[in-house]
Amino acid sequence: MSTTEAIKKTTVVKLDEEEYTHPGNRACTGCTLNTLYRVGLKALGRDCIFAVPPSCLTVVQGLYPISSSQMPILNVTFASTAAAATGVRAAMKRLGKDTQVVAWAGDGGTADIGLQALSAAIERVEDFIYICYDNEAYMNTGVQRSSTTPRGVLTNNTQHGKVEQKKDVPSIVAAHNPAYVATCSASYPLDFHDKLLKAKQIKGFKYIHIHTPCPPGWGVEDRMAIAVGKAAVDSGLYDLYEIAHGKMRLTGPSEKLLRKKKMPPVTEYFEYQGRFKALEPEYIDALQNEVDQRWAGYREKFL
Amino acid sequence: MNVIDSGNVAAATAVKLAKADVIAAYPITPQTPLTEKLSQMIDEGEMDAEYVAVESEHSALAVCIGAASAGVRAFTATSANGLLYMSEQVHWAAGARLPLVMCVVNRGVGAPWTVWNDHQDSISQRDAGWIQIYVKDHQEIMDTTIKAFRLAEEVSIPVMVCYDGYYLSHTYMPYDVPEQEKVDQFLPPYHYKHTLTPEAPENLNSVTMPDTRKDIRGDAAPCYMDIRYNLHDEMIQSIEKFEAIDSAFQEIFERGGNPVVTPYRMDDAEHVVVAMGTLANQFKVVIDRIREESGIKVGVLAINLYRPFPIDYIIKALEGRKGVVVYEKALSYGNQGALFGDVKSALYPCEKRPVIQNHIIGLGGREIKTDTLYETLIASCRKADENSGITDTPNWVGLQTVEPTAAER
Repeated sequence: MSTTEAIKKTTVVKLDEEEYTHPGNRACTGCTLNTLYRVGLKALGRDCIFAVPPSCLTVVQGLYPISSSQMPILNVTFASTAAAATGVRAAMKRLGKDTQVVAWAGDGGTADIGLQALSAAIERVEDFIYICYDNEAYMNTGVQRSSTTPRGVLTNNTQHGKVEQKKDVPSIVAAHNPAYVATCSASYPLDFHDKLLKAKQIKGFKYIHIHTPCPPGWGVEDRMAIAVGKAAVDSGLYDLYEIAHGKMRLTGPSEKLLRKKKMPPVTEYFEYQGRFKALEPEYIDALQNEVDQRWAGYREKFL
Repeated sequence: MNVIDSGNVAAATAVKLAKADVIAAYPITPQTPLTEKLSQMIDEGEMDAEYVAVESEHSALAVCIGAASAGVRAFTATSANGLLYMSEQVHWAAGARLPLVMCVVNRGVGAPWTVWNDHQDSISQRDAGWIQIYVKDHQEIMDTTIKAFRLAEEVSIPVMVCYDGYYLSHTYMPYDVPEQEKVDQFLPPYHYKHTLTPEAPENLNSVTMPDTRKDIRGDAAPCYMDIRYNLHDEMIQSIEKFEAIDSAFQEIFERGGNPVVTPYRMDDAEHVVVAMGTLANQFKVVIDRIREESGIKVGVLAINLYRPFPIDYIIKALEGRKGVVVYEKALSYGNQGALFGDVKSALYPCEKRPVIQNHIIGLGGREIKTDTLYETLIASCRKADENSGITDTPNWVGLQTVEPTAAER
């Protein structure tokens, strides 16, 4: 596939009809990781090997001896995703195979326990794709705060709302200057699909961070999971961008926002969710202010 | 080819001869010169492999786990706190049945910090499901490391080759470096039954349930406990495999023998010292002198294969002796020496059980004087002869600023 072909936007109609996951798995209803996985595999194709730490994905992929995925998967220890993927990649190199190695972890496995191995793999310029699906808490263990849980969020160990801010992992990754960094939203799976197509063609370390709504963890109705993710992007709260060759640009729905005269208020995003019940109105105002300023900066920079 | 070099270089050379594909390591004293040597050989084109300079031991073993699962031969080495830092991965590699080889250059475990030798690091991992072999000299480092790859790959169980930090890692001794063609003849190409590949995808190490579940064909699949039983059972079977591999090695290289336990002057021995690693070799000199000077009939039994524990060999070697004295450089705190406990338990069913005593020695590199071994061993043999003053608690040999409590005298 040539670069120009990859840059063309994939539409639902043009999406690969072949399925790489089996129907029926253990995801919760409304799980947006499930959508990401299904659509992501269509972009990645069959010639891939996965490294997966304990996370919701471990459960989605199935309990032994049944697997809901048709891909070769190495389940690894929590902290070791990027290192295990390095080992698989080293084996491919020794065997002379181009098989794409994909590490796919949650926010806890990436931003917290897996950060050391991740940082080291980027620094070593390992050649694989690392995907972090960020549902903003330890959902697999029953909703505890992670370092990517935003301020104010109610979890089972922040019962009056998290005091601290969300850790900006894509920026930490970008500070290592890898070949490719992108942010995505599970509510815009085709944007994720096309960023994967792009990442596949780039040699070196590729990182994709995905805002991933989790209905039970976020206190969102199952049917609203996609809507809530869209609200985060459309209100300018969560930016979709990519950084290639050190240059950042807004992409897809976020790029379109640049030309919008008025973006919906961030309150729409918060209103969908039970987890923000403890958020003080003053903080929402401050956040709106921050979003407005950031986007004013973007418009100055990119328009 | 005969060379004079360090134990670490012997290990590195063995890994090169075994044609390991992927080496991942993190520096820690006294292992460092071993993996430095490997990286140098790769840089200089003497060895064709991938060297991954990871950021931690946890990641070192993760890289090996990834590489071995994806179809290539992998190696790492560590010591002390490095081994403990990778402990989660040590257990994982065994449960995943990966044929890895790791050299553990034995060092005491902090706190307080010590860089010097004892066996607490690898002994603390004895229940992880790895095969553990303790070697006694440079030639054994070389030969055992090569054999370890074949053993690991035949039984799909990872193997630790343990050797004493400084005593072997940094001392220079003559040893023979086998020819590459002969090693190739001895060690078949790497094979792993469940290699990750898009052609035949498998979901490795996925979540198991307490009870069996049916696969897509409706057949009952093993669950966690069954899978773990297989590891235990096949580990015990690997004793025979190790014997067979040693015989194959002898045919090609014309050396070896007694791979599981090594007896020294055991034929007429009334008393037997049991020890592992260089300590067992040091005892050869000690018992030669004791036999000559005091006439006590004493021999040495070196335990080379510690896990799986060779119970039958222990019984055969020790049943009917008057006394057995276990000297070791590690212990289960609050109980006794780990090896002592294991030997005692192996001998329990015997009708003619020897009197058995335990000495803890050389922790954190505390000097082990041959005179001290001589004196404590003679005293232990006399106690066994008189069957008096025997205690079940370990005797700490060589304490300098504290006195053992009465119960331990």
